[in-house]
Amino acid sequence: MPQTAARTPVYRGDFGPEQAERLLWRAGFGPRRGQAEALAKKGLDGAVKALTAPGRQRFIGPRPRDERGRPLAPRDAWGHDHLWWLDRMVRGNRPLMERMTLVWHDWFATSNEGVGSQNLMIRQNALFRRYWLGSFQQLLLAVTRDPAMLLWLSGTENSKWAPNENYARELMELFTLGAGRGYTERDVREQARALTGFRNSWKEGIGPYRFRFDRERHDVGMKRIFGRRGRFDWQDACRLCVRHKSHPSFFVRKLWGYFIPVAPPRATQKALERRYVAGRYAVRPIVSAILQHPLLYEGPRMVKPPIVYTAGLLRGAGRGIDTESWTWLCANAGQQLFFPPNVAGWNDDRWLDTATYLARWDIAGRVTRNETLDPGKVQAPFDADKLLDRALAFWGNPRLSPATRRVLLAYTRRALATANQNWKRRSYPALVENSLRHLIAVSPDLQTS
Amino acid sequence: MPTCCNEFSRSSLLRQAVAEAGAGLPAIEPGMPIPAGTGLDRRSFVLRSTGLALAVYGAGALRLPLFEEGVLEAAAAAPSQPVLVSVFLDGGVDSLSLLAPVSDPDYRRLRPKLALPDSVLAFTEDARLRWHPSAASLRTLHLEGKLTVFPTIGYTDADQSHFTSRHYWEVGATNPGLRTGWLGRYLDRAGRPDNPLQGLSLDGELAPPLATTRAPVAALRGADQYRFWAPGVWGEVEREMMETLAPLGNARGRGDRALAAIGHTSTQAARLRSQLAVFNGGSQPGNRFGSPVPYPEHRSSFPQRLAGLAAMLAAGLPLRCVALRAYGMYDTHADQPDALAQGLKLTGDTLLAFQRDIEARGLADRVLTLVWSEFGRRGEENGSDGTDHGAAGVALLMGTRVRGQMIGELPRLHDALDRDGNLKASVDYRSLYTSLLEQWFDFDAAGAIPNARKYRRLQLVK
Repeated sequence: MPQTAARTPVYRGDFGPEQAERLLWRAGFGPRRGQAEALAKKGLDGAVKALTAPGRQRFIGPRPRDERGRPLAPRDAWGHDHLWWLDRMVRGNRPLMERMTLVWHDWFATSNEGVGSQNLMIRQNALFRRYWLGSFQQLLLAVTRDPAMLLWLSGTENSKWAPNENYARELMELFTLGAGRGYTERDVREQARALTGFRNSWKEGIGPYRFRFDRERHDVGMKRIFGRRGRFDWQDACRLCVRHKSHPSFFVRKLWGYFIPVAPPRATQKALERRYVAGRYAVRPIVSAILQHPLLYEGPRMVKPPIVYTAGLLRGAGRGIDTESWTWLCANAGQQLFFPPNVAGWNDDRWLDTATYLARWDIAGRVTRNETLDPGKVQAPFDADKLLDRALAFWGNPRLSPATRRVLLAYTRRALATANQNWKRRSYPALVENSLRHLIAVSPDLQTS
Repeated sequence: MPTCCNEFSRSSLLRQAVAEAGAGLPAIEPGMPIPAGTGLDRRSFVLRSTGLALAVYGAGALRLPLFEEGVLEAAAAAPSQPVLVSVFLDGGVDSLSLLAPVSDPDYRRLRPKLALPDSVLAFTEDARLRWHPSAASLRTLHLEGKLTVFPTIGYTDADQSHFTSRHYWEVGATNPGLRTGWLGRYLDRAGRPDNPLQGLSLDGELAPPLATTRAPVAALRGADQYRFWAPGVWGEVEREMMETLAPLGNARGRGDRALAAIGHTSTQAARLRSQLAVFNGGSQPGNRFGSPVPYPEHRSSFPQRLAGLAAMLAAGLPLRCVALRAYGMYDTHADQPDALAQGLKLTGDTLLAFQRDIEARGLADRVLTLVWSEFGRRGEENGSDGTDHGAAGVALLMGTRVRGQMIGELPRLHDALDRDGNLKASVDYRSLYTSLLEQWFDFDAAGAIPNARKYRRLQLVK
């Protein structure tokens, strides 16, 4: 396929710290102090390359620990799985890899609610990380035989004697084709037959283990899937889906939606589909194209998912994981890692409501809380502009829109004006600085990107 | 020396632990029943339509957001639904002090130090009895015909363990193995699958009488439920800060969906916060619930819990069975005069305020309040200004719809005590339960009380 056919528009405007900051939020978890400026210097092309082809994996900052300073036990202790991954988001130097791992976690949404094993969930997580920008077909094959997925969607209960359609249906509806897009109920049943054969052992005290394909349990008979006949097995089931004519459009549209909140223009959509097929289902070129698309920089803003919001605040503040609270705080905000609400994943359109808003408030407060200024010890300036700048520095100097700045400055002046006695004039600036840190974190500028 | 018995404090602790763990009971002594509802899962949930933070029990497979609609639908029917409030006097209240047989020749013999003076607060239905001096509010309710008194209620062969006897009352059967509450079984049959407010515990943890197998029930999580805490900020600065939530959220307009979402949500959240400030305490003292009558001012949360309950009912929340503990420690093994007087005073005054409140709000005909305790106390006082565990005790039923006539009797003490010196029951508590279910909820008691047919029905509601 000629290269020209697969060309997509590339953003040609200024690529300064503002654009780099948005890129870091959409393709990762926001900038660390100074990171947006550094990335901007690489230019758009260099910046996207730095994200899609990062250097050796490194973790920056103190190791994660619980309140008592003990290391995490992500495979055993409740909530530590969440902390473990959050830490990778906060300290890792490969933000897009963690972000794509999150994309796949949402795409193949598996909940530990149904799996019941942090160990298997983390094993699945490693799989997502391994295939992060690789071949979607390879990823799909690996997910299909992944133990957590086999438990979650009844893969090991699916045998030739008792076919179970759970995985077959979601394979097409949610993972590769989309509901009602070119398959029938008969295809679901036949796919289920093709997918038979997996099993696992179970032992008291260990739980499920030794996941394997057992030819005895597999239905070797003829199947008819998407109008084709064959003695299909689970690998055929996956390949048939990926090669189905509805798959590229489903794939491109879904992947696009993780980065840009409006639909791709028709020409872009088509070009990306062609590039996807021509690239034998490689994800990297598609993600690269999306990250360079003008709509990412000029289009509307997106509400940050709670985990991105949380990781980003911690990165900005230069703070590591030092409390187990992040698990329930993020759960309150609507996103506990390894516990998506159902197999369709999280609903990106519904992050915000009055309850999750309060949870985000609490998340911001949990970051500011450890370093609040004590008005008895700290003399903060009685000056609105200086207080706002100081508060912004707490978060690594994120950019604020002029409108948000105006509201915060007006608030600051009002709050300072309540200091009608000498002791208040001495102590209120520190309180105002504390409050500004908190307010900045819940402003539209930081809750969206 | 502690004034309550060891077993009592231990069982309280255990219940606490159970509620907090949400599952399983630490190993306790053999024979003690496991509290009803122990196996129910618990999930936290903010009911956005009301702003209440709830711990929901028995939600099972139902996704929590579905409760929003269930509650709203149930609320549509709420204005005509009867409500039962269960108020528990924790520890075994001394019925012979609440209604003292002052003219009974045996009374002073049994209670040489604790006997109450005979001049005060006559009980109009039985000339031998006097209300406890601290129970003037209960007497007022009784004089108005809004209080039915059960002077000796219980069951035969009363178990004198707090834990066990309370369990029997909670589950509505003398069966240590029963894991659902008597009201919980009613809700399982007659409740909705999607309205956790139908069984609401006001003490922050599941009240065992409300333990269900299927129907979701809820516990209010605490006093501050929709509260924006800002570390290191207080006073006027905090006030200004909260005023800034909505303008800040809308600072960039609502030009695209994300900005519209944050603008809209912050406006809603700020509004909800101020609406719920009344439920959330904090800086505003005084009348948090818009109560039309004053409630006793006291450090205990009991008056405010009932004031809040009246406000919730007035707000149209679809409550059906509500449970909470009264103020006071009634396990008066020592120092009974003070402890009992304090408990009865605040509990009685609060109940009267609650009754006045729902009357003023026009809700009174929908609400009955049952006051109960796990047992009464020994006829004879002990050597430390107290009384030990007894058998039959007292229960009260309050409301405009009660008949207001004593049910059962307190015979002459000479005849009223069993071989152990404890009061014998003249009414079985399951007669009360079955009659309530049938007359108040119009529900076949056989669906909630084992062997319901066995129990004599009482005329409770007029």
